[in-house]
Amino acid sequence: MDGQTLKTLIAIFLAAILTENYVLNKFLGICPFLGVSKKLDTAFGMSCAVTVVMVIATAVTWPLYTYLLVPQGLGYLQTIVFILVIAALVQLLETVLRKYMPPLYSALGIYLPLITTNCAVLGVTMLVLEKGAADPSFGYLQSLVNSFGSGIGFLVAMILFAGVRERLEDCDIPETFQGLPITLVAASLVAVSFLGFNGLVDRLM
Amino acid sequence: MEEKRSLWSEFTKGIIKENPVLRLILGCCATLAVTTAASNAIGMGAATTFVLVCSNAAISLLRHVIPNKVRIPAFITIIAGFVTVVQLFIKAFSPALDTALGVFLPLIVVNCIILGRAEMFASKNKVLPSIIDGLGMGVGFTAAMLAMGIIRELLGAGTVFGLPVLSGFMEPVIIFLLPPGGFFVFGMLIALAGKLSKEGKAPASTGCAHCPLAASCSKIQEKEAAE
Repeated sequence: MDGQTLKTLIAIFLAAILTENYVLNKFLGICPFLGVSKKLDTAFGMSCAVTVVMVIATAVTWPLYTYLLVPQGLGYLQTIVFILVIAALVQLLETVLRKYMPPLYSALGIYLPLITTNCAVLGVTMLVLEKGAADPSFGYLQSLVNSFGSGIGFLVAMILFAGVRERLEDCDIPETFQGLPITLVAASLVAVSFLGFNGLVDRLM
Repeated sequence: MEEKRSLWSEFTKGIIKENPVLRLILGCCATLAVTTAASNAIGMGAATTFVLVCSNAAISLLRHVIPNKVRIPAFITIIAGFVTVVQLFIKAFSPALDTALGVFLPLIVVNCIILGRAEMFASKNKVLPSIIDGLGMGVGFTAAMLAMGIIRELLGAGTVFGLPVLSGFMEPVIIFLLPPGGFFVFGMLIALAGKLSKEGKAPASTGCAHCPLAASCSKIQEKEAAE
């Protein structure tokens, strides 16, 4: 691997975390972002599970689409095939973890069933293919790095937001805004801070 | 007559009392992402309504055939089939809408409104009420998205459906088109809907009671409570 490739990979990784953050920029995975971000540990566990599934799902769906669906002229089956593959993978991962890695299962196991219908996971598998179609140099390795970065970006957003929410609990909030409204306004402010990263990664390239 | 009235209430509950977006807080991702323009909101709403009505009808017809244990994968497959139909249709007849909605069009498949209605309603009810339920929920989803789309487009670009409305009155506030504006407007609308509702306040969290995954999610909440 030459220096240029490595530089591009780092840029892809950073872009996925900061400027193309799945939660705060692309609005993918909002349900877990709002639902499971009340406590720091659960936010961390959920994001780790999402990251693992994102990378594995991309690792499987990318070759499946490129080498099986497209040559056979079945590209239009993408949605159906991907959601089923992800559902099967999550199930498989759960079984394997339970059998061979019980400590990891007890940490991540409860989050796995939720991930099947997490739009961030299905979204990442489709968005990397879109990027690949627009830019031929965006291959398998780049896709995997992008997925991993997206997962880490999800983790960063969740952890930051869990911190913000713990602070919110002590605040005196008007009754109308208690619950979700104030959470969304807080999310809006966190998203504003992420806008500050715009343009950062273009310079790296 | 009694039958008719109950069908009418199946239809209206999705629009007002159980509005999927503003009261049940389902399908947030799509709501936040595509509401940068009012026309996108209508396109997305129509596509989702179509999938919702068709999948509700199909699942209701198959409710005695699908084994209980594999029902969620079976529902997802049925929904994915209809999503593919919509995707191909929009690609063929409205490429501009296809570009605007982007990845959120195939992501209708994981929109929790659809799976939620399949699990909560269609798998337990006859075909006609299921279709009406899907239609009502779809219209409620579209109406909420349209409200958000109009507000964001008006404040962020000064237009509504592409027609200049605010030109000369005020400079557009671009942040309403950016992600933070989406979160902000959504929060405000939920607060407003909560204030106007019978309970007088907004729901405390996302629509767990109406989410098909509530069982696994509640384990996480138990864990949180135990700590």
